[in-house]
Amino acid sequence: MEERKGRKKKVLLMGKSGSGKSSMRSIVFSNYVAKDTRRLGATIDVEHSHVRFLGNLTLNLWDCGGQDAFMENYLSQQRDHIFKNVEVLIYVFDIESREFERDLITYSSCIEALRDNSSNALIFCLVHKMDLVQNEMRERLFLERSAVLRERSRGMDIVCYPTSIWDETLYKAWAQIVYNLIPNLPQLESHLRRFAEIAEAEEVILFERTTFLVISAVTRASEPNPFPDRFEKISNIVKQFKQSCTKMASNFTAFELRAHSFSAFIDVLTPNTYILVVMPANAAESATTLMNIAVARKHFEKLEKDSGGRVAERALDGH
Amino acid sequence: MTTLANSLGGYEDTRKNSYSLERFLQEPVSPTTSRYGRFGGTSPSGSMAGMGPVMGGEYRGLGGNARRPRLLLMGQKRSGKSSISSVVFHKMPPTETLFLESTTRIQKDPIHSFMDFHVWDFPGQLDFLDPTFDFDHIFGELGALIWVIDAQDEYLDPLSRLHSTIIAIQRTYPIINIEVFIHKVDGLSDEYKLDTQRDIMQRTQDELSDAGLDSVQVSYHLTSIYDHSIFEAFSKVIQKLIPQLGTLENLLNMLCLNSGIEKAFLFDVLSKIYIATDSSPVDVQSYEICSDYIDVIVDVSEIYGYDRKPATQLPGYTPGETPAADEEDTAPEASSIIRLQNGMVLYLREINKYLALICLMRKEGLEKQGLVDFNVQVFQNALTRVFEIGRS
Ligand SMILES: Nc1nc2c(ncn2[C@@H]2O[C@H](COP(=O)(O)OP(=O)(O)OP(=O)(O)O)[C@@H](O)[C@H]2O)c(=O)[nH]1
Ligand SMILES: Nc1nc2c(ncn2[C@@H]2O[C@H](COP(=O)(O)OP(=O)(O)OP(=O)(O)O)[C@@H](O)[C@H]2O)c(=O)[nH]1
Ligand SMILES: [Mg+2]
Ligand SMILES: [Mg+2]
Repeated sequence: MEERKGRKKKVLLMGKSGSGKSSMRSIVFSNYVAKDTRRLGATIDVEHSHVRFLGNLTLNLWDCGGQDAFMENYLSQQRDHIFKNVEVLIYVFDIESREFERDLITYSSCIEALRDNSSNALIFCLVHKMDLVQNEMRERLFLERSAVLRERSRGMDIVCYPTSIWDETLYKAWAQIVYNLIPNLPQLESHLRRFAEIAEAEEVILFERTTFLVISAVTRASEPNPFPDRFEKISNIVKQFKQSCTKMASNFTAFELRAHSFSAFIDVLTPNTYILVVMPANAAESATTLMNIAVARKHFEKLEKDSGGRVAERALDGH
Repeated sequence: MTTLANSLGGYEDTRKNSYSLERFLQEPVSPTTSRYGRFGGTSPSGSMAGMGPVMGGEYRGLGGNARRPRLLLMGQKRSGKSSISSVVFHKMPPTETLFLESTTRIQKDPIHSFMDFHVWDFPGQLDFLDPTFDFDHIFGELGALIWVIDAQDEYLDPLSRLHSTIIAIQRTYPIINIEVFIHKVDGLSDEYKLDTQRDIMQRTQDELSDAGLDSVQVSYHLTSIYDHSIFEAFSKVIQKLIPQLGTLENLLNMLCLNSGIEKAFLFDVLSKIYIATDSSPVDVQSYEICSDYIDVIVDVSEIYGYDRKPATQLPGYTPGETPAADEEDTAPEASSIIRLQNGMVLYLREINKYLALICLMRKEGLEKQGLVDFNVQVFQNALTRVFEIGRS
């Protein structure tokens, strides 16, 4: 029981009302697509959700309604309650905000409260709704904004990401955030590498099952892939498709594509993960790759079960 | 289950156009760039003059040289014409249409696909009923007049412009199909949508019968660029312009019958328009999931379909041959399978440079995958024949 508690990680989601906090949460964790978020109403006070992630890691999301009255309340009466024991603060800025200076003042107050109550918390600032900015302007505007944010962070380290619910940038930011919270990653990664070698895959990517956020990836292709942002692109692609499967009251379990210069397989790996395996053209029969995945499944399930931190080293080829 | 070859009486393999799905998806393309542009000259700024070069010796698909139907996009300013053409034919993400500028000159967009056609995007402000306008030039070819009405806006005025246009062109150019897109229906309630459609239909009918044009066929479509409806509407518009539609449907019927397939669509991959389907009724979910499936295939192929050096080629590869020529002759078409939790399977096969076949079936049907693969191959050969006949 003690240990389970220890794995619950409190994640604060803050920012001005309408900046897009609940939208992001619904897309990443609840299988919404971007256009569904138009129906969301303003969040009243704090909405809690518990998201079971890998193994027994549970994210405890605090989606804090951003209307002024609530914000004032968080910073005064509820100060301890909100800002104590925080592992991660995600602060969302609407790029179109007409009152950036005012947003900054509230932001600084929150950072102060966080510094006083959870000095080790990680801070991520999302410069959000970037789709509303013309393509050519995005990078410059983002750099400008993040420089200002850094200045106003009371000396705390922050990491900034440009995001939009309308493209894969959302998945990039959230995968990075979650990556910081996953226990025993090095072990997972070494197993994944072993698997990639045994299967002679070009690339192997491990995804969390419900969010389809990238947990880890191994690339062995001799030729560099021209898409450095492909992991989050794939999260986005698969999430969209999962959503369209729900229209048929179903979910997809496996995907296989045999193209000319590669083959790709997506399959359930463990109760909490999917795996993508990319094979060079004509490298192996589909059946061989599928069998390799089946073998790996057992090992990764064990690894996941034991992820309390006391996992014995198990070589993948031990079967 | 039987093999399709028996039913069709054994076509020889006349396939000459086995292009790879990912070959033409290799280059990363910015969303605003025309993917079609890579197959032939598009005129990016839509110059009034000239149709853009037509590629010599290029595979032309259905229809051949002579017939090049036109899709004429007309309607009120800001009704969404340029957005529609950008989203459907240039893969522009819907949200980016917010940045489109008002069209000032007719944008003529030659589309080279399984069938060559032109999309003409008119400026909403243009008064093309102006007597100085060259009617023959605009309406003189087979095609469709797509009249776009903004359903979120006041539509009586635009509607009466539609009526006078129909009346003006009907007698002289009866070969033009009239298609009304009741557009931007996203965000409208189902009830409101249907009421609007009913109202528009009624008014149009009244107006036309006052003008003595009762017999004019007008089709109506509820559309939005934010969902599949715009692609579905275009599918229906285009299908009417394909002379071989009946043959394609028959082939698909036979394929379904012989292979345990519940529903089959033949898709134009780049536009996600389906150009034919078997004659069982289309339910929206099946169409949508197939259309989304194409997105998955196109996107994944774009990410991983980059050129690998020969070093990673299969052992059978001999250095003397040029890989490109080799590939064209022998590479099998891309294929894909998605399994769903409810026991359904989606089966995709690339047919040629432009077309992909997508089938929905129970997983039991795929237990004899060899047979399905074979039947699909036969179907593909038959289709190639249809194209060749269409061309000559
Ligand atoms: N253009 C654009 N709109 C977005 C984006 N993210 C969210 N929105 C829209 O912003 C609006 C408000 O989003 P919410 O997620 O409800 O905002 P919130 O931050 O939870 O607001 P409070 O609960 O009041 O604090 C919705 O209509 C979303 O569709 C984005 O990336 N781009
Ligand atoms: N909600 C919604 N908006 C749309 C839709 N289609 C287009 N729009 C918006 O409508 C506006 C005008 O679109 P355009 O495509 O430029 O209109 P147009 O008919 O080409 O206008 P002109 O070139 O001036 O004749 C843009 O802001 C689009 O984002 C749709 O299906 N739904
Ligand atoms: Mg909210
Ligand atoms: Mg326009």
